[in-house]
Amino acid sequence: MENNQKLINSFQEALGLDTSSIVDSLTYQSVPEWDSISHMILISQLEEDFNVSLETDDVIDMSSFAKAREILAKHGVSF
Amino acid sequence: MKVDDLLNVPQFSLDQAEKDKAMLVLMKGLHEHHVANSVAYKEICTRVFGTKVDFKTLEDLPFIPVSAFKNHQLMSINEGDIFKVLTSSGTTGQSVSRIYLDKDTARLQSVALSKIISHVVGPQRLPMLVIDSKAVFENKLSFSARGAGILGLAPFGKDHTYVLNENFEPDEAVLKGFLEKYDGQRIFIFGFTFMVWQFLQKANFDKKYDLSNAILMHSGGWKKLIDRAVDNATFRLKLKEKFNLEHIYNYYGMVEQVGSVFMENQNGYLHAPNFADVIIRNPVDFSVQPIGQPGLIQVISALPISYPGHSLLTEDIGVLEGVDDSQGGWKGKYFRILGRAKKAELRGCSDTFNK
Repeated sequence: MENNQKLINSFQEALGLDTSSIVDSLTYQSVPEWDSISHMILISQLEEDFNVSLETDDVIDMSSFAKAREILAKHGVSF
Repeated sequence: MKVDDLLNVPQFSLDQAEKDKAMLVLMKGLHEHHVANSVAYKEICTRVFGTKVDFKTLEDLPFIPVSAFKNHQLMSINEGDIFKVLTSSGTTGQSVSRIYLDKDTARLQSVALSKIISHVVGPQRLPMLVIDSKAVFENKLSFSARGAGILGLAPFGKDHTYVLNENFEPDEAVLKGFLEKYDGQRIFIFGFTFMVWQFLQKANFDKKYDLSNAILMHSGGWKKLIDRAVDNATFRLKLKEKFNLEHIYNYYGMVEQVGSVFMENQNGYLHAPNFADVIIRNPVDFSVQPIGQPGLIQVISALPISYPGHSLLTEDIGVLEGVDDSQGGWKGKYFRILGRAKKAELRGCSDTFNK
């Protein structure tokens, strides 16, 4: 649960979204704040906050908030 | 046969016979799909190619001119399924092309691009030097082709560093800082061909930086450089002399077929990936030109599902250099671009398609 809150914070900081809109169903490019430019900012934020190194495929696959959790889990972050 | 079958094997790995066979099936399906779902496409095809197309080879596949996207609303989806509209960078006074994407086609494009680029760069993201300014992103609603090009490649990089400041002036301190930090390491450099020449090759340094492990990707055309008597061979040679930079990849692509990128390899020629192809056509009668004979470039791609952009006659002149026998083992066709077609050369095209 703690990491889930941390993930919400990362999204909030990188994308400038209200926490109430950061839910599993939030998808890439469904809101103006999460576009292809802010996506790269989000990636850097996640790498920093979770101390992981994301690959190109991860960047491309990260199509929703739920998917971000899945990808971080693959890199050893427990939720 | 599905397009994923061509995406999920290493790119540039299919020889022409295998590829022709796979692509013929896919393109026949795409042609029928677009005839059934786009009235405008059906009209253009019927007018020029008749109602019944005999698909014996890929060369029999109907094609439409890229300019058709300026004059017609070409899409094969319902308006409600539009996810993104791409526009071409029309010069002043010209109408712009509109390319309609749904989620599936947008996804295919980004997967396809990733397969091609990672074939060259590898799966790890590399520190990325962009020979451009962040200011190209300022108008978020309508990116320039330059902005779109940078964003398409951004997922392959990290620590993205822009060499030009907000006013599009070179910031030497930023460039030197980046090269100093990553001297000798694997880095990814991207920029438009002319800008790479102007702001990297011609930049003055107090020391020699070692870019022997760097990968440079560039695109955007040679017109400005040809005017300065710089061709591809000179471009490659000068970068090697100055930085020991040898991993140089020019690529050819267009907004009407995003994701289908024709990539240069060490031999200096452009190569078709597994899911795309080129045919060189005589500008007068559209017959197929053999190796060595210049003509209009037709580009074929298995990606466009939401709009009929799977087979396009471009306004570029190119020449096929060979098939399956490229240095470095890349299979399929490889070619070279000679430049933009002159208005007179396009007249036959416009007569045929704009009756």
